[in-house]
Amino acid sequence: MSTPILEVSNLSKAYGGVQAVQDVSFVLNAGELLALIGPNGAGKTTCFNMLMGQIKPDSGVIRLKGNDITGRPPQRIWRMGVGRTFQITATFTSMTVRENVQMALINHQHASRRWWKPAAATDVAHADALLGRVGMAEQGDRACSVLAYGDLKRVELAVALANDPDLLLMDEPTAGMAPKERIELMQLAADIVSERGIGVLFTEHDMDVVFAHAHRIMVLNRGCLLAEGAPKSVRANAQVREIYLGSTVRAEVE
Amino acid sequence: MGDFIVTLLTGLSSAAALFLVASGLSIIFGVTRIVNFAHGSFYMLGSYIGVTMVTALGSGGIAYWLALLIAAVAVGVIGVAMEVLLLRRVYQAPELFQLIATFGVILVIQDVTLWIWGPEDIVGPRAPGLSGAVTIFGEKLPEYDLVLIAVSPVVLIGLWLLFNRTRWGTLVRAATLDRQMVAALGVNQRWLFTGVLFLGSALAGLGGAIQLPKGGADLLMDFNIIAAAFVVVVVGGMGSIGGAFLAAMLIGLLQTFGIQIFPNSTLILMFLVMAVVLIFRPWGLLGKPESPGHGPVEAPEAPLRPANRKLRIIGSGVLAFLLMLPVAHLLLPSIIGDFTLVLVVEIMIYVLFAAALHFIMGPGGLVSFGHAAFFGGGAYAAALMVKFTDAPMEIAFWVAPIGAALLAILFGWFCVRLTGVYFAMLTLAFAQIAWAIMFQDAPASVAKALGEWFGWTAVEQITAGDDGILGIWPAEWASSRVTYYYLTVGLVVAGLLVLRRILFAPFGYTLRAGRDSPLRAAAIGIDLKQHQWIAFTISGAFAGLAGALFVYSKGSVFPTSMEIARSFDALLMVLLGGVHSLVGPIVGAATFTWLNDIFNELSYWRFLLGATIIALVLLLPNGLVSLGDTSVGRRLGLGPGREALA
Amino acid sequence: MKLNLLLVTGVALGALSAVHPAIAEGEIKIGDINSYTRLPAHTIPYKRGAQLAIEEINKAGGVLGKKLVLVSRDDQGKPGEAVKIAEQLRSRDKVALVSGSLFSHIGLALASWAKQRKMLYLAAEPLADALVWAKGNKYTFRLRPSTYMQAAMLASEAAKKENVKRWATIAPNYAYGKDAVAAFKKVLKRLRPDVMFVGSQWPGLFKIDAGAEVQALAKMKPDGIYNVTFGSDLAKFVREGRTRGLFKDKLVVGLLTGEPEYLDPLKGEAPVGWLVTGYPWADIQTAAHKKFLAAYQARWKDYPRIGSIVGYNTMLAINAMLKKAGSVDTEKMVTAMKGLKFDSPSGPIMFRAVDHQSTMGAWVGWTVLKDGMGAMANWQYLDGANFLPSVEETKKLRKQ
Ligand SMILES: Nc1ncnc2c1ncn2[C@@H]1O[C@H](COP(=O)(O)OP(=O)(O)O)[C@@H](O)[C@H]1O
Ligand SMILES: [Mg+2]
Repeated sequence: MSTPILEVSNLSKAYGGVQAVQDVSFVLNAGELLALIGPNGAGKTTCFNMLMGQIKPDSGVIRLKGNDITGRPPQRIWRMGVGRTFQITATFTSMTVRENVQMALINHQHASRRWWKPAAATDVAHADALLGRVGMAEQGDRACSVLAYGDLKRVELAVALANDPDLLLMDEPTAGMAPKERIELMQLAADIVSERGIGVLFTEHDMDVVFAHAHRIMVLNRGCLLAEGAPKSVRANAQVREIYLGSTVRAEVE
Repeated sequence: MGDFIVTLLTGLSSAAALFLVASGLSIIFGVTRIVNFAHGSFYMLGSYIGVTMVTALGSGGIAYWLALLIAAVAVGVIGVAMEVLLLRRVYQAPELFQLIATFGVILVIQDVTLWIWGPEDIVGPRAPGLSGAVTIFGEKLPEYDLVLIAVSPVVLIGLWLLFNRTRWGTLVRAATLDRQMVAALGVNQRWLFTGVLFLGSALAGLGGAIQLPKGGADLLMDFNIIAAAFVVVVVGGMGSIGGAFLAAMLIGLLQTFGIQIFPNSTLILMFLVMAVVLIFRPWGLLGKPESPGHGPVEAPEAPLRPANRKLRIIGSGVLAFLLMLPVAHLLLPSIIGDFTLVLVVEIMIYVLFAAALHFIMGPGGLVSFGHAAFFGGGAYAAALMVKFTDAPMEIAFWVAPIGAALLAILFGWFCVRLTGVYFAMLTLAFAQIAWAIMFQDAPASVAKALGEWFGWTAVEQITAGDDGILGIWPAEWASSRVTYYYLTVGLVVAGLLVLRRILFAPFGYTLRAGRDSPLRAAAIGIDLKQHQWIAFTISGAFAGLAGALFVYSKGSVFPTSMEIARSFDALLMVLLGGVHSLVGPIVGAATFTWLNDIFNELSYWRFLLGATIIALVLLLPNGLVSLGDTSVGRRLGLGPGREALA
Repeated sequence: MKLNLLLVTGVALGALSAVHPAIAEGEIKIGDINSYTRLPAHTIPYKRGAQLAIEEINKAGGVLGKKLVLVSRDDQGKPGEAVKIAEQLRSRDKVALVSGSLFSHIGLALASWAKQRKMLYLAAEPLADALVWAKGNKYTFRLRPSTYMQAAMLASEAAKKENVKRWATIAPNYAYGKDAVAAFKKVLKRLRPDVMFVGSQWPGLFKIDAGAEVQALAKMKPDGIYNVTFGSDLAKFVREGRTRGLFKDKLVVGLLTGEPEYLDPLKGEAPVGWLVTGYPWADIQTAAHKKFLAAYQARWKDYPRIGSIVGYNTMLAINAMLKKAGSVDTEKMVTAMKGLKFDSPSGPIMFRAVDHQSTMGAWVGWTVLKDGMGAMANWQYLDGANFLPSVEETKKLRKQ
């Protein structure tokens, strides 16, 4: 295979005394749907923040398509083809759903400094197509501030897809959704992966979702990678079962 | 040796009142997030009440100190009154809106103080048994200075104990860190806030009372301390009392030693210190970066909509009115006099200025406390051009916005790296430095020094300090009042349309995107700082154009066109009109200028203006444009305000 | 719809400014602009003096068969506001001329406006030399002795003290302070080439850090100190200087320090033995002043300040000018102002034709404590005419 989309080696980050992420290394290939799971506070979001440049790692190297992007600011990383959704949704609340997507499209074309032609008239069709892809076509004209949480997550996904990313980072993309919606959304992600051959890294608490869609699973605990491999082998891993899956899976299922 | 020690002690003592005022301000801001501009007024009241109490109780022994303490408590109670009657009702309003409520309070207190205590300065009563001096290595130091030197650390320790050893203090600290969390804990926020206002105001009052033996009470104290107090709070780090202590001592010492080395530096030293500190430590000496979730959750702004039919009709109506006014003036000069045109010109100038400020403040989410730098910068650029090159007005109208834009590029480069109150204070610092440069005619000093170096004969005056630049009148063709009126209306309307156009274009959207969610903005590749820098420059340029219109309408320009009060006027206009609406600054500027004009003919106009502002704040906490949202407005058929008027 | 409201207010506003009182036939209006809210302690006595004069003039039958009416307005201490009000007074109130103002920059703004609009402006109190010299114009006249004149008076007295050779100065950090120091230096140096100036302190106006300034002055070891601070700065400076022993065995010269506006708030702590310009209102024995004093005290139940007599004299000047001009035509009034002579409680005054500066003088004397209050002793009234540059020199100064 050619160079992997994402190559992470020995990533670490500490907050004061708390080692949020410790010595994490992994690889993500094109066309792969990789899940990062672990209990709350395991360091998943911190990992994401380092990958996208929101925070700088203490040590370690991140390579995107072979290029070292460690410590670069998010806007540069985005330009290199990384899209992201946030655990706590981040959208532009003073804009409509469509405008949120249009913003990403405008930036993708380096058009953010244009000062004459109205923004609302640019890339309408493209924006609507993206919204249609995530099932939000009907809601383009609504203000983002009035959407249900699950819908916001979908808008974020549409926004994250606007720059045709090679890598998609999704931090708890289905939080706040009904179980049925979750399956649908992850199915959508899986479809996009297979259509476009991009790589997706996501975190998720719903183990049904994870095991139904992930090609590979990594388990993080207290900042350290505990296990990594195909769903089957992770499920079989005694340590994982004991420390993590054992309790949560049951809890989730019940 | 003696001289050094005495200078050192003098510096420490001069920091005492400043520390007390600043610590109160810092505590209030830390918990309530209210930028309390009335804090200087509380300081002034502390002095006046102190004088009255000393007179009443007698200045002997314990009575004297009791009088000072009573003054502090009394001011604390006034602070509580302000909280309960006013601020409490507007906590839910957009952040910084409370600021204009405190402006109203300043105006009211000024006139009430004048009314109660009269216009003459009052010299402070001396502290009993402490009117002499001690001799240190042959140099004399006033005995009372020793008291002042002791006060600051004592208060600092007292506050530390209060905040670290009492339950109330712990809650206040928690609220400083995360207001929502404290609310979630079920603590009665109201009483917490009321208590904080009492403490903070009482500290200001104490500051005013305790400086009495060094000075006295006068009607300009409020404005004279407030800028310094903000500098101390910001240099120390907002909400950090230890920081305020450190900063007060630092500034006290720098002033005292600075005066001896650079006697001319008195006006800008403090602001230079602030600028340097903020450039290297964006959150002050001991401050921490703002954590999200510190303030109240604001209601999100409605999406931007092109003007609807109603607004278009109204807009065209106003425009037609403006265009027809001079015709009416020519036909019926006895009904619509010259002055009507003059007043409308003035209103239009401030409308453009306010719209320029709103551009960076509303959509940009960056509140500038120093926008007069660009207004005055434009005015000076035009005036200097005319003075030194005899440039015609047509050229000067280009030079003004370009000059202001260059200034904005320079200041913006430093400022946009900060956010929130720190951004605001850095703009204030730069504006103050620009003001001082004009005020002291620094360019002439530089020219003189260069001239001596190279053997030229330099011009004696460039900006001519506060004597200003005179005789800048419109070109012949525009000198009639009607022509200048049309020129102003034309340029202002064009300016407003361009600003509006930009806000509807991708650039304006990008700006709002950065304000709504910096996190998301960065994650879709927006270089936010760069856009903010450009926006700051555009805003500066339009403020500069307003400045040019101003200088040609007045015929002269003075450093007052750059002073803090002018920046605050613009801020007031934007907030009064409604920061979340593009029409807001226009309505706000027109209303404010007009109110100012009609009240000005009355005695005690400050009281009336202040009371009117307070009333508006209470009735229309989202600005004048939210008039339609009120029940009265609905009954009058004014319709939904914010959305319709976006 | 809300803008409709604006429209309505706009129309109302137009109407409002339109319904100005009909210009009564038998009136001459004088537009009076001053900083009534910014510095009330100085401007309220001014207004009282002016009103007293107006009342007396009207009681005596007015001028040109008409009554004088004073339309007073507050400039908020802002030059832009002053110009706007001047415009309003001119176009709405139809005043014949504009007078007043205290701050120099406001005086200068009004002067520039007067020139453009061809309106007569009689500056009452602003002290800036530029007002009649560098920036002087055809339509602007000034009553009060300027910074230069008062500084020159003090310098000529100070020059008599043989043994005072090392001078230090302290003045507020703005144009007035700078002018006052420059003028004093210039005149003293001319009279006494042997003196030297060892340092200058420039505290911010009303923001003095008195302890530090006194410390800095003491370090210079001067024989004489020239003080230009006033108001709250002066109070702090005096208190700190006395406590720290700065004034001991030194000649202190204070510009304006003897004016009741500045001296009286100091009460028992007023400086003693300073050479000052001021206004010893209680001790002036001329008949004209006695009459003025009695009338003022009867009318206002208060004693006059320097502002009071300036306000009073301003109106006397306008009265005399109108009589001489015989009309309210601006050009005729301007012509009448040139060389206008009239008698006032402070003595005869003349407006020089060459620079439009009046020859009103100042009282120069030594501060003392009297009944627990500051006062002036050994004072003399110095006629301003003797402290103005010659006609030739003035022409050079006025050349623009
Ligand atoms: N800004 C921060 N400051 C201090 N500690 C933090 C910060 N962000 C995260 N942490 C800590 O790092 C650890 C990992 O957090 P996080 O990455 O959010 O976990 P997850 O997303 O897996 O739930 C937690 O212990 C959390 O408390
Ligand atoms: Mg997380």
